[in-house]
Amino acid sequence: MAAGNTYVALASNTLSSAAASVTFSSISGAYTDLVLICNIGASASTSVNFGFNGDTGTNYSTTILTGNGTTAASARTSTASNSTDYIAFYTAGAPSGLTGSMIFNVMNYANTTTNKTILARSGSDSKEIDLVVGLWRSTAAITSIVIGMQTGNFITGSTFTLYGIAAA
Amino acid sequence: MAIAYNFIASSIVGSGGTATVTFSSIAGTYTDLLVKISARTDRASTNDYFSMKFNSNSANYSDRSLYGNGSAATSETGNSTTAAFMFAVPGASNTASAFGNADIYIPNYASANYKSVSSDAVIENNATAAIAGLNANLWSNTAAITSVSFTAIGSFIQYSSFYLYGVLKY
Repeated sequence: MAAGNTYVALASNTLSSAAASVTFSSISGAYTDLVLICNIGASASTSVNFGFNGDTGTNYSTTILTGNGTTAASARTSTASNSTDYIAFYTAGAPSGLTGSMIFNVMNYANTTTNKTILARSGSDSKEIDLVVGLWRSTAAITSIVIGMQTGNFITGSTFTLYGIAAA
Repeated sequence: MAIAYNFIASSIVGSGGTATVTFSSIAGTYTDLLVKISARTDRASTNDYFSMKFNSNSANYSDRSLYGNGSAATSETGNSTTAAFMFAVPGASNTASAFGNADIYIPNYASANYKSVSSDAVIENNATAAIAGLNANLWSNTAAITSVSFTAIGSFIQYSSFYLYGVLKY
C-alpha cells in the first residue's frame, strides 16, 4: 500500500501589515498532531501567547526553560486566564527584522477525551531562547488557534504556517 | 494536494570520516528547510560541537544557546561571527558508538530577509556530561540560501548522517 502524505500544509499567513494576532480557524480534525511554524519580528519587547478555540478561561498552564545568552532560568505559569496572558513565550522581544523562529507542536489535538499538550521551542539570536511545555485543560477538539503579542504587533512579513501530521 | 515534507538530499559519512558535509544547489522552491543530523566526531572531547555556514559565507552570524548537562542549565551568546555555532555532538571521549542528534529548522530560507534558525540537539553519554541544548541562530544576510555546510573541529566519523528536507506550505 502506498504511503500517504503524512505532513500536510493546512494554512499559511504572511502578514501584509502589522498585526497583533493571527488566527487559524476551522481546523480539520483529520490529522493526528499539529505543527505551527512561525518566522516573526515584533514591534515591542514583549511575550508571544497562544490559545485554543477562543477560550480565555483559567485553563492554561506552562513551564518554560529559558536563556538570554547569559543566564538560564525556569518558570511556571498556572491557571493563566485572559486573552493576553494564557501561554507566554518570553522570547520575541523587539528584534530588528524577522529574527525570531518558533515551532509549536500540538499533540493529539482532535481527541475529545484528554486535555491538550503543547511542546514548543522558540528563539531569537538577540533575545531569548525558550523551551516550553504547555497544557490546555480542555477535552474539546482544537478547531482554532490564535497566536498573538501581549503588546505591540508582529511586523509586516512575519509568516505563520500550520501543518497537520497524519498517522496514516 | 502538494507534499509538504520533501526529501532533498542526504550524506552518510564513509570510512575515514570527513571534516565537512555540504548540501549545495538547493532549489528555492520550498518554504523552509529542515536538517536531521546523527553525528559523532573524532576530536578528543566528550561533548563537541560543529559549525554551520550558508552559501560558503563566513560573516554575519550570531547565536544564543540554552543547554543543560544534567545538573545545571546555562545560556550563552556566541562569540563567533564567522559561522553559526551548533550544539552538540559527541566527541571521541564519549561512550563508544553514541551519536548525537540534531534537528535544525530554517524558515523562509529563500527569502530576501535575514535568516533565522531554530535547532535542538542532544548528546546522551550513558555516564556523565550529557547535553540537551537549544540554539537560536541568525545569518544577517538577505541572499537566498543555496548551500548549507556543516564543519567539525576534527572530522565527523563514519556513519554520521545528514538528511536535508524541504518543507512546502502549499
